[in-house]
Amino acid sequence: MLAFTVKRLFGVIPVLLVVSLMIFALMQAAPGDPVSMLVSDEASAEDRERIAAAWGLDQPAPVQYANFVKNAATGDFGTSFRYREPVMDLVLARLPASIELALYATLLAIAVGIPLGVLAAARPNSVFDTIGSIGGFFGISMPNFWLGILMILIFAGYLNILPSGGREPWGLDLPRITGFLTLDAVLQGRWDALVHALRYLALPTIVLGTAMTGIIMQITRASMLENLGEDYVMTARAKGLSNRVVLWRHAFRNALVSVITIIGLEFGALISGAIIVETVFSWPGIGLLLIQGITFRDFPLITGLVLIYTTLFVLLNVFIDILYTIVDPRIRMR
Amino acid sequence: MSSHSSELTDHQVIADTLLSIECLRVTFPGNDMPAVRDVSLRISKGEVVALVGESGSGKSVTAKAAMRLIEFGGGRITGGHAWLENGAGLQVDLFAQSEAAMQKIRGNRIAMIFQEPMTSLNPVLTVGFQLFEAVQRHQNVGHAEAERICLEALEQVSLSEPKRRLRQYPHELSGGMRQRVMIAMALACKPDLLIADEPTTALDVTVQAEILALLKKIQRDTGMAILFITHDMGVVAEIADRVQVMLRGEVVEEGDVHTVFSTPRHDYTRLLLDAAPKLGSAPASKNKTKETTTPALSVQNLVVRYPLSGGFFGRVRANVHAVEDVSFDVARGETLALVGESGCGKSSLAKAILRLSEPTSGRILLDGANFLEFDHQEMMRARGGIQMIFQDPFASLNPRKRVADIIAEPLEIHRIGSKAEIAARVAALIERVGLPPEAADRFPHEFSGGQRQRVCIARAVALNPSVIIADEPVSALDVSIQGQILNLIAELKAEFNVAILFISHDMAVVEKVSDRIAVMYEGELIEIGPRDAILRAPAHPYTKRLLDAVPIAHPDQRRDRKLIAREIASPIRSVGAEPVPFTMDEITPGHFLRRSLHA
Repeated sequence: MLAFTVKRLFGVIPVLLVVSLMIFALMQAAPGDPVSMLVSDEASAEDRERIAAAWGLDQPAPVQYANFVKNAATGDFGTSFRYREPVMDLVLARLPASIELALYATLLAIAVGIPLGVLAAARPNSVFDTIGSIGGFFGISMPNFWLGILMILIFAGYLNILPSGGREPWGLDLPRITGFLTLDAVLQGRWDALVHALRYLALPTIVLGTAMTGIIMQITRASMLENLGEDYVMTARAKGLSNRVVLWRHAFRNALVSVITIIGLEFGALISGAIIVETVFSWPGIGLLLIQGITFRDFPLITGLVLIYTTLFVLLNVFIDILYTIVDPRIRMR
Repeated sequence: MSSHSSELTDHQVIADTLLSIECLRVTFPGNDMPAVRDVSLRISKGEVVALVGESGSGKSVTAKAAMRLIEFGGGRITGGHAWLENGAGLQVDLFAQSEAAMQKIRGNRIAMIFQEPMTSLNPVLTVGFQLFEAVQRHQNVGHAEAERICLEALEQVSLSEPKRRLRQYPHELSGGMRQRVMIAMALACKPDLLIADEPTTALDVTVQAEILALLKKIQRDTGMAILFITHDMGVVAEIADRVQVMLRGEVVEEGDVHTVFSTPRHDYTRLLLDAAPKLGSAPASKNKTKETTTPALSVQNLVVRYPLSGGFFGRVRANVHAVEDVSFDVARGETLALVGESGCGKSSLAKAILRLSEPTSGRILLDGANFLEFDHQEMMRARGGIQMIFQDPFASLNPRKRVADIIAEPLEIHRIGSKAEIAARVAALIERVGLPPEAADRFPHEFSGGQRQRVCIARAVALNPSVIIADEPVSALDVSIQGQILNLIAELKAEFNVAILFISHDMAVVEKVSDRIAVMYEGELIEIGPRDAILRAPAHPYTKRLLDAVPIAHPDQRRDRKLIAREIASPIRSVGAEPVPFTMDEITPGHFLRRSLHA
């Protein structure tokens, strides 16, 4: 197990190098001079040169890249042009918000999607299955931003029972430990803060989790149907096991491999792809940060963010690979 | 059950009846014709009844209906009764039971084992747990007691190291071991009836013999009844007390096993009996001593090894010795049968001959030329000289191509003839393999398994090859079709003067087609010789065991076999392992036996 994990982690390094080279090359190829973002329009040529030198932008591209890699290896992704703060600090301040949102959205999708998928597969082509499939289809096809605005309109507007955006109310004096608000509230026994945090999480979680719920349900259903046709299911039934045991203990355990794959991919996509939902709900996550970085041509911030996304995504896949070996004993760790 | 009380008296007539199925009718949605029509079947306590038939005959459907499992496969029981003695002398109709009541009967009073041991166990649960849940479902015992019962069940099926097996997963066991686990699972709750649905069909003949011996022993020890479903009359002769033959959803013959074998009444029964192996009793082959100058295929000192790598840096730790120093010739117009159990290296050998895998060393001569030295261009041309017929005619034909295009494809690849010539040749081939001319424009799915295999054969002979490798070409077909396909292969062998390497594990088939037989064991060629010499006077202990394991298709020749828990030989050798020097002794003309020269 340890050797397997270490080997996989080593495999992350070349991926990151390739991604960093690609993103760096893209940045170089992008139109416009980054120096112009750092100086005012009236700056003299000397000022420009001075500032370019201060930011290392006067060096040839390969040297810039080498410096970047050298610094990135120590966790230093440079300083944001716009915020004038280290990129790493900016990201670390916002990453927990994104992960927390993605985590709750995934939990919601698992909690709803898997049981619906299993039940649909247990009675294929029944009324329940048909309604479930149509619902799932709706969930997948509904555009995020539209659902988000709709939810804000209903729950924050007409009903006025949930906040329309942001992550916490003004004046919620909750010291940060992990950066995950719900966890911090529980750790400090601040139940009032927990309720607040959950109320702010509710709408973005539902919006973000809806599409994933639909996908998980469909995958679970398909995978369950496939497994229910297998010989070992007949063996389990021939043993006199109840339908519930056959479904969950026998078929579902086997269906889990493909379901986990999808959950992992979707979770990764949620962390990085929640940009629209974060924008709609003014959620202070890294998606919003990336949008701002792109608008201001904040090269260090964009490069840093993309690399951190990549790292997260690859690590997540390593984690899922390890999960496979636990779920399915036939998958050997190599 | 009160509604049936009036009928109870009728069913107390025959004493000792355990299960009595009456006028069973099973329908599948979308098909007006019932899959099983008015089938009646009676099993007494402690009796072994064989239900015989081929695919589609309704034998499995009947068995699954008795357990009411057919409903999970989409079928519906639309008529009949299944009276099961309830342990107190009364009869209950299984078809009138609720699903909850059936769950108490399944696995407890009636247990079932299936054909495919490789897929019948849940791959993600341990063997121990799968046994355990069966015990816990039906027996009111504590955890420790349930575990003891599981262990005892594994010991009962003579599985080696039962304690370790409990913690293992199914994929860590061989097919034979898995089938033992299935049997242990079925026996754990001491059922009154065991339904065995083709339990040995997917197993090697030696393993089949072991499993049959085991079932017989357990049946004698426990006195349970067995409903044994099979298509193999040899197996029936080995195990059954009574026989019931099914054809297209109906029972066509039934009776005592001795009567059915000595005086079969129905033509179909006779056909099934003819298909069973008669080792050595087949007419002696004509002694063809035609000395051909160059053999069509000559395999010389062929070695195929696969590296096994592992560890942190993927070093080669050991080699799988799939084929070790194997040499033989096949002449034109001759069929050499290659036999041996799964894992003996038959398929690796075939792959190397087709050059689908690169052998480690050795020479393979096609019409006298060693094609292992050929470059890409030369190999392309040479490939036309070796053709293949695969085991599964359902998987080996492109479902999106018409039959004419499938047969024409090799001709087009090798650019033989103009469009018109190819079309004429394809039409001739279709007719030659016994398909109607209109077959040309149809797609594979419109044909039965036997017809598809005819298409495969037409494709194989299209290029006039020197050698055809036939890998279990009839094992996916019903016995009634097998004979026709084997005859066709034999005819074409003479007509096209082609050498056939016939790979099979079925001795009945080998007996019918082969001129010579080669026996492989653990990657080595241990014995090779004329058919009758091998079948009547096998010299190698393994060949003897292999032939001894073949069920003799007559109940009067039933033998008691010893139950030996045998270690599965491993072909894995350490990296530096030296091959054992050996010589092939000619014991009678043309009959060679491997002898190790190791001191």
